Amino acid sequence: MNAIQIIKNGIVKENPTFVLMLGMCPTLATTTSAINGMSMGLATMAVLICTNFVISCLKSITPDKVRIPVFIVVIAAFVTILQLVIKAFLPDIDAALGLFIPLIVVNCIILGRAEAFAAKNSPVDSLFDGIGIGLGFTLGLTLLGICRELLGSGSVFGLTLLPETYNILLFVLPPGAFITLGFLIAIVNKIRKA
Amino acid sequence: MEYILIFISAIFVNNIVLSQFLGICPFLGVSKKIDTSLGMSAAVAFVLTLATIVTYLVQKFVLDAFGLQYLQTIAFILVIASLVQMVEIVLKKVSPALYQALGIFLPLITTNCAVLGVAILVIQKDFNLLQSVVYAFSTAIGFGLALTVFAGMREQLELVKIPKGMQGMAIVMLSAGLLSLAFMGFSGVDGGLKVLFGID
Repeated sequence: MNAIQIIKNGIVKENPTFVLMLGMCPTLATTTSAINGMSMGLATMAVLICTNFVISCLKSITPDKVRIPVFIVVIAAFVTILQLVIKAFLPDIDAALGLFIPLIVVNCIILGRAEAFAAKNSPVDSLFDGIGIGLGFTLGLTLLGICRELLGSGSVFGLTLLPETYNILLFVLPPGAFITLGFLIAIVNKIRKA
Repeated sequence: MEYILIFISAIFVNNIVLSQFLGICPFLGVSKKIDTSLGMSAAVAFVLTLATIVTYLVQKFVLDAFGLQYLQTIAFILVIASLVQMVEIVLKKVSPALYQALGIFLPLITTNCAVLGVAILVIQKDFNLLQSVVYAFSTAIGFGLALTVFAGMREQLELVKIPKGMQGMAIVMLSAGLLSLAFMGFSGVDGGLKVLFGID
């Protein structure tokens, strides 16, 4: 498989949000606006690229029996680095995403890709897989964020498009996350079958 | 009174699944039947409470004592993962009946973000040990309540004809949205209780 195929696979065929349905907690919780959704996606992508690469490099020296604990320590280390970097340089994002930055550790996408891809493929391929799946996740979250922000606050990326009278507060609140994602999944299923 | 407030607001007002979005994976994955959802709830209640006590002590007596707060994420996830393993081994030896009932759910709990989430939340909220235990246990009950009610809804959904496009996860998400909407009816109850009990 070449790099472009691997990346395309992550965005379309194995899209983590709409096809694999992994990492639902940050997907629903952080998409109150497009920018929050995108930041969460990019943060997860940064961790995923690093962990995929390092785990793939370590695969030949990791004993099979302790591979899961090894993966978790590698992931937790990169999440801690990211957490400190975001706290230092991007305090706004830190305030918006809050608890969900340390919770990237338990995001099933990352451990899932480590086990399903990085532990079997070369470091360079794993790097591209991280980019592909990360982009797929970022796209999913951004799309959900755009829909919720447009319906709920009448704006996209902070740019006001609809007057305040048309805002439906429900879509920014928790039930709106479930409902919007439900409809998006239905639409994506329809497009994929066509 | 303060503990009753923590109890009620963790179960109804700030329900861990429906308003804080923690533990969505088991909420969607293990909610097809009421029986399995009850088993999962019991396992989560057990591990969540135990894990919160242990991580609280680790935070206070190891991380805070040696100024290692930045290692919180790594320390907590390792403690939780090994705790789940230990619970599994001990349960197998001590109570095979309970192991039979909860065993299959235990490995799934390590990746349940509710466990790590609550462990970090009690530190962020600056709770003392007793408050943390009450909070963890009530959160687990809230999780169990949401999971069981949702399993009931999904059992009913099996019996109706759903339009083709909405089949599968789409209708599940929509029903979860409606359940979450129902739980929003409790918002403000914690404020009222605060006034009632005279806590600010």
